[in-house]
Amino acid sequence: MKESSLKSIKDLPSTHVLGPGTPTCAGCGALGAIKIFCDILGEKTVFVNAAGCMTLLTVYPFTPFKGSWIYTAMASAPAGAQGVRDALDLLIRKGRLKPEEDLKVVVLTGDGTAYGMGLSSTSSAIYRGLDFIYICYDNEGYGNTGHQFSAATPHAARTATSKGPEGYQRYKKDLFAIWAAHRPAYVATVAGTEPLDLARKIEKAKDLKGSKLFIAFSPCPTGWYFEPAKTIEVGKLAVKTGVWPLKEYIDGKVAHTKVPLPKGKRPLVEEYLKIQGRFAHLFSPTRNENVLEKIQAGVDAYWESIV
Amino acid sequence: MIRKLLTGNGAAAWGARLARVDYIPAFPITPQTEIIETIAHWIGEGRMDSRMTTLESEHSMITSAGAAATTGVRTFTATSSQGLLYGMEMIYTVAGWRAPFVLVNVSRALSAPITLEPDHNDVLAARDSGFLQIHCATCQEVLDSVLLAYRLGEDEKVRLPVIVNLDGFYLSFTREPVEIPDDAKVDQFLPPYDPGETRFRAGDPISQGVAVLGGSQYSYFRYETHLASLNALEIFEEASKEFEELFGRSYQPVESYRTEDAEVIFFMMGSFATKAKDAVDRLRSVGRKVGLLRPRLLRPFPAKAIVRALAGKKGIAVIDQNLSLGKGGILHTELCSALYSMADKPVMVSFIGGLGGRDITREEFYEMVAVTMKAIETGEVPTPRLLYGKEELIQMKGLQSIAKVEQRKGRGKR
Repeated sequence: MKESSLKSIKDLPSTHVLGPGTPTCAGCGALGAIKIFCDILGEKTVFVNAAGCMTLLTVYPFTPFKGSWIYTAMASAPAGAQGVRDALDLLIRKGRLKPEEDLKVVVLTGDGTAYGMGLSSTSSAIYRGLDFIYICYDNEGYGNTGHQFSAATPHAARTATSKGPEGYQRYKKDLFAIWAAHRPAYVATVAGTEPLDLARKIEKAKDLKGSKLFIAFSPCPTGWYFEPAKTIEVGKLAVKTGVWPLKEYIDGKVAHTKVPLPKGKRPLVEEYLKIQGRFAHLFSPTRNENVLEKIQAGVDAYWESIV
Repeated sequence: MIRKLLTGNGAAAWGARLARVDYIPAFPITPQTEIIETIAHWIGEGRMDSRMTTLESEHSMITSAGAAATTGVRTFTATSSQGLLYGMEMIYTVAGWRAPFVLVNVSRALSAPITLEPDHNDVLAARDSGFLQIHCATCQEVLDSVLLAYRLGEDEKVRLPVIVNLDGFYLSFTREPVEIPDDAKVDQFLPPYDPGETRFRAGDPISQGVAVLGGSQYSYFRYETHLASLNALEIFEEASKEFEELFGRSYQPVESYRTEDAEVIFFMMGSFATKAKDAVDRLRSVGRKVGLLRPRLLRPFPAKAIVRALAGKKGIAVIDQNLSLGKGGILHTELCSALYSMADKPVMVSFIGGLGGRDITREEFYEMVAVTMKAIETGEVPTPRLLYGKEELIQMKGLQSIAKVEQRKGRGKR
């Protein structure tokens, strides 16, 4: 693998491919990640979208994308990507499309789709070796419908459908491991609030043949109950506290691209939790020591398992 | 031109081959599977310059078909029954994309109870989707309809996907002599697909299937698509005229069989209409003035042609091989709406028959004529009825008694 040309944040493009003025909520963490994807992937793309927040990026007659777009349905965006990819390959082979007119096929879905309804079509697309990029913007719930819990919601978070005293009782599904088990070309976790790490991963993966999949941590002020101005802080703390590991799977191996400080030196998870309204019940009216300890222990155990 | 004995499924595959389809997203389901097996075999042998991708479901298969057609390749796919319903979200969606491709549906009755043999509830569930629908009665018609379907769907005034329907088992697995037209003539009838400006390529971006905010834009696009479907009536007649000149076979939106001086008309779709033809011939030989009217095109609905063909008729036996539960026969409803404003309209009697592949016998066709004649004479239209014989009711009761005994055994009560 060649050295990345992106050495520092200053190497990232200063002009953006994705146009401004989208109808996303103020402080949308997903949009921040998608902007960087567009910058690195360029204009020769077709985005294949599934039902979710980002469906409203393209609302007739406007689009912020410089490339093409097709909205499919919640369950089958990877199948739409299959149809587009197969058709482009056929057109090029039969001489009806010039190779320079080829496009990168990019699936864009939320976590509700990626962790649930769309898992079958994604699994099958990877299994078939589909040459595409999959971006899952993970805002840890069904955001566009008012933030009900999804299989990506973390333990103890309050959502519109988990309002009990201890919030959501189940644990976040390990989509990275599920995707990696298919042995695709590339899988990575990323965050829009870690732009250099994100840009380097896209740059590394974009020209690999096969399925390249990204789970983008997407702080959501509207669903997580924090001020839009704090999106960057929430994203940074998720990485610093170890809640959101930044890693990649390539050539059969998993590597962490940014490791938090060792236990004792890194900030406690509660620093990340207490600035979000969805976890406020863990701190007030009384501190829920049990749950806080359990969450911290889970994060510590994860990092201890990383040799 | 060669003549071959082909099944309905074989004829559908030949249609795809002659149309030089580029892309076939596929998923197996009985009784359609022979179509994709045949095409896979031809691709393997290098007889078709196409790509087949087997998806993991019909929902994905139809998504992929629509996406490929939108990207600019000629696309073909096939399904049946549960498969069509599993993909139903995308049936509506790809029609909204105005993605022209051909889907062959091999009709099979719907679950529950799960079964294999045909009726038309599967394809009629797609009735309001925007897909055009061509219903076939013979294997030759299946092959020819696939070619007509591409001409129709790809026409710039239409730009819609098309379902070509044939009945499972009765047509899918029945061999009939089929004329396979020459490649060169087919190429003349069906030039390569021209997607125009609506396709994906670098430097020329488009957005497809985008969201709209509000009913005004939504209404506009939906009604525009409806009007595009209606345009297919005219295009069908044009294409079918050209088809006749090239291949010598004539296809009208509605097939009329011995209707000119007929007083009573059978009105029905699909391969069982060939049984009605036989009954018409036999009734004619004893002096009964009966005929058959078979809508070939169901969407767009050829209402004017139907009204023209039924002017002056005294009675119609509408035979629905489908059942809208809680309402009745779907074709009956459609026909009533078409004839409502007609002066001196004929008496319409509704029959439900052939559900789940249940046969319609010659005697039942005679009986339907008798019932319709009586309705004409008395002016009293009987309530809709199910074609169901005494014998089969006795058999059914027998099965129910066995089921009861088995159930008791299962509960250990004996």
